[in-house]
Amino acid sequence: MRWLRQLLSRPRLYRELSEEIQAHIDEKIEELIADGVSREEAAHVARREFGNVGLMEEKGRVVWVWLPVEDFLSDVRYGLRALRKNLVFTTVALLTIAIGIGANTAVFTVLNSVLLKPLNYASPEQLVSLHQVAPGAAGLDDFENGLLLSPSMYFTYAEHNQTFQSLGVWTSGTANISGRAEPEQVRTVFVSDGVLQTLDVPPAVGRWLLQADQVPHGPERVMLSYAYWQKRFGGNPAVVGQNVTVDSRPREIVGVMPKGFQIVDADFDVIVPLAFERGKLDLAGFGYHGIARVKPGMTIPDANKDMARMLPIWMNSWSNGPGQDSHIYETWKITPAIRPLKQEVIGNIGELLWVVMGTIGLVMLIACANVTNLLLVRAEARQHELAIRGALGAGWARIVRTLLIESVILALLGGLLGIGLAYAGVRFLVTSDLSNLPRLNEISPDARALGFALVLSVLSGLLFGLIPALKYAWPRSGSVLRSEGRTASAGRERHRARNLLVVGQVAMALVLLVSAGLMIRTFQALRNVDPGFTDPQHLQLLRISIPESLVAEPQQVTRVQNEIVEKFETIQGVKSAAFEREMPMEGFDSGWDQIFAEDKFYPAGTIPPLRLYKYLSPGLLQTAGTRLVAGRDITWNEVYGLRPVVMVSENLAREIWGTPSAAIGKYVREIPMMPWYEVIGVVQDVRERGVQDKAPETVYWPIMVAGGFAGTTRTATFAVRSKRAGTEGFLNEIRKAVWSVNSNLPLASVRTMQEVYDKSLARTSFTLIMLAIAGAMALALGIIGIYGVMSYSVSQRRREFGIRLALGAQRGDVLQMILKQGMALALVGVGIGVGAAFGLTRLMSNLLFGVTAYDPLTFAGVSVVLVLIALLACYIPGRRALLVDPVIALRYE
Amino acid sequence: MTKTTQRDLFPGALEMMILRTLKSQRLHGYALAQHIKRTSEDLLQIEEGSLYPALQRLLKQELVKAEWGTSSTNRRVRIYKLTAAGAKHLQHEVSSFERMLEGITRVLAPGES
Repeated sequence: MRWLRQLLSRPRLYRELSEEIQAHIDEKIEELIADGVSREEAAHVARREFGNVGLMEEKGRVVWVWLPVEDFLSDVRYGLRALRKNLVFTTVALLTIAIGIGANTAVFTVLNSVLLKPLNYASPEQLVSLHQVAPGAAGLDDFENGLLLSPSMYFTYAEHNQTFQSLGVWTSGTANISGRAEPEQVRTVFVSDGVLQTLDVPPAVGRWLLQADQVPHGPERVMLSYAYWQKRFGGNPAVVGQNVTVDSRPREIVGVMPKGFQIVDADFDVIVPLAFERGKLDLAGFGYHGIARVKPGMTIPDANKDMARMLPIWMNSWSNGPGQDSHIYETWKITPAIRPLKQEVIGNIGELLWVVMGTIGLVMLIACANVTNLLLVRAEARQHELAIRGALGAGWARIVRTLLIESVILALLGGLLGIGLAYAGVRFLVTSDLSNLPRLNEISPDARALGFALVLSVLSGLLFGLIPALKYAWPRSGSVLRSEGRTASAGRERHRARNLLVVGQVAMALVLLVSAGLMIRTFQALRNVDPGFTDPQHLQLLRISIPESLVAEPQQVTRVQNEIVEKFETIQGVKSAAFEREMPMEGFDSGWDQIFAEDKFYPAGTIPPLRLYKYLSPGLLQTAGTRLVAGRDITWNEVYGLRPVVMVSENLAREIWGTPSAAIGKYVREIPMMPWYEVIGVVQDVRERGVQDKAPETVYWPIMVAGGFAGTTRTATFAVRSKRAGTEGFLNEIRKAVWSVNSNLPLASVRTMQEVYDKSLARTSFTLIMLAIAGAMALALGIIGIYGVMSYSVSQRRREFGIRLALGAQRGDVLQMILKQGMALALVGVGIGVGAAFGLTRLMSNLLFGVTAYDPLTFAGVSVVLVLIALLACYIPGRRALLVDPVIALRYE
Repeated sequence: MTKTTQRDLFPGALEMMILRTLKSQRLHGYALAQHIKRTSEDLLQIEEGSLYPALQRLLKQELVKAEWGTSSTNRRVRIYKLTAAGAKHLQHEVSSFERMLEGITRVLAPGES
């Protein structure tokens, strides 16, 4: 670092040198005067004997100069001057680079925040999700979450494990908060003991929920999220110790979690303890996510082994009730498949983000190719200048360096602009919530993203600067100086670099356009899937929860709900209204269980496949626009009469009885103790979990079922069919209608079915938008590239064309020649691009739906479009060149 | 950028003389110039100013050290002193110079051997 210290202290060194030299001369003069020389004479002699003061000072200063730095700085100054001199070039190049680097930095910021950054918990590498699979449980195999934990499993794992420091289970849902202004429904996470200890994030205020808060029927406590605390309590730390009414029961607030804290992927308003009643637990009840912190030194395989060891303990310690075989779960082949918590949080988003990153990276390459092209053209124009520099003694390495520094400066300036663009883009992405990305609130540009932008800038500067630099810095000054001014028509070798660039650009643009095209086809295919409901835009949804404190008697709950529906139907413009536990695609955890048909034989010791259980009111199917394939809907009389009637989905009917009509009149039940239920209707298949996923086999129970195994539905989604859905006036009337039945009822999740549907398509839309942007940019850059190269080479060859025309060539022939040359480049590019796309689109096959990665239509369409555009890009400059009179073209030289 | 004087010194000669002078005493620039001039009895024609680039080079190589002080004429001057590295360098330079001189002398007077 000595050179740096010297560099910094240089002004002082120079000052001291001057002062010293001055002192020397003064002393000399004084001495001479003392010897009797006149002052004037003395000054003269002193200067003569000293020599050239300025020169000596300079020689002294040069000692301290660190040459590479000085040279570098002068190159930088030179580069800046050169860029300022050619503003059009600089602007075009800067914008191209800024867009390229901006897009790449934005996508990298998302990728980095979502995939690469560790989770926001203490020592996140120790955190795991207690994932387990049950390949033997038919119907479960397509569960995204595998087999969740039951409360009894939680107790078994918590008490018998040897590999975890702590573990807990949680689930998310909603709760009503009342007693403070308007009642409201809040997002709630229910946690067992161990969840907060495992995540190990200290509370912002107060304390965690502890084991003492998990006692059934004990004191009831609650924690708040930072956002909810700010919103409802103004961030007052004195809330700790106060009571808040959650689902009609007072709970004491014990603490507030810090800002941005989430439980795995769940954003919440309040945390409520689960408080399991240990004595009343069955083996079943697989509804809880398990998380754990692995002991230091233990690995995931260790933990898997540990959990596998505990499964028999679990089956021996609990049962599903008297007379039930505990070991029936052996047929499920439950297998622990613990995975890092991060994987649980980010899910399968990684593939999508890498595909988008790759695409945007390609755009960057195309942008670099374009800038290279611009630089080549410019270097050609500067050949003369470079040759003079060479002739004056600049070595070729020095010229290469000068040119490279210039292009790196260009890239850095572009990068700076790009960072601004990226920042705006990321802000937009986060606030618009278009993407449905996990960890969305954690997405922000950080040092790593800035570093990425910087490295990308420098690398791309070197990349697009290298070709022109190497091409033109080579010492050949003689020939250039001589040929300047009276050029013969350009040689073949001169265009090779640019031709290669055009081919590369066309190939890359093709790859990007094909991927964008495949996404468009995917989107179309998804849009064409019948989701199982119609006209979602005019289907208003809202969720209402009726707590026990308001309506205690279960039958009465259904009557209140029925009354609300009737009120809705009196609103002007409402065609019909109904409700069910959850509408398709709402993303709530649905109930799953087996179903036995009376006329089928089930061998002992097997468990039939699990089916989706839904509970709906009469008229819901009609309101949602879901077709009945056979039979009829359930009536209100049947609901209140607790008649044993049921409907099934078409795919379930086909699976069990062969045809939908054959299902009518058959009987089914869930468990042996239950009466048989008559199948009265068969419902079309509904894409419950989004249009990408196949429709699950579904059983539709009446909203109220006798026997109490399903209980009453206290929280339901109401659906109202009306042309006025979503308008403010309509929503006001909806609220009034609800409150006219009971003024204490909160409304939640007010939205149209269209929003639910769009949200289920959000990831696909996001991918589509990103790839479409990339494709459009690639196309635009590609066109500019081809057009630029063709028009430049045409303008360079005007003399040649003039000669050809003068010698009798027809204009048409010459134009054809130009087009042929352009087409040759485009076709080679398309050929290479198709080959590359075949290899690359395979990587995105998981993102596609209803279209293969080799879709011939997309490949052919994109190729044709690219070739046509290339043709146009050649035709325009070709035409223009031929309009010139050959005589003028020749004389012009 | 070298300026030719009537009798050019070879590179490093001035530095060597400075180091040798500073070996016996600490001096500031002017005194150093006078000392060299006096001792060489004006045989060497050195521009006084050329002392300063040489001193800067020595400073940079840390062969001499400088500190601001007051001269006998009560002037604020920079006084130079030899560092340990400077002394070592001087020794090495002198011996290699003597060898060179001997070589040159032998070539110049071949008949005597």
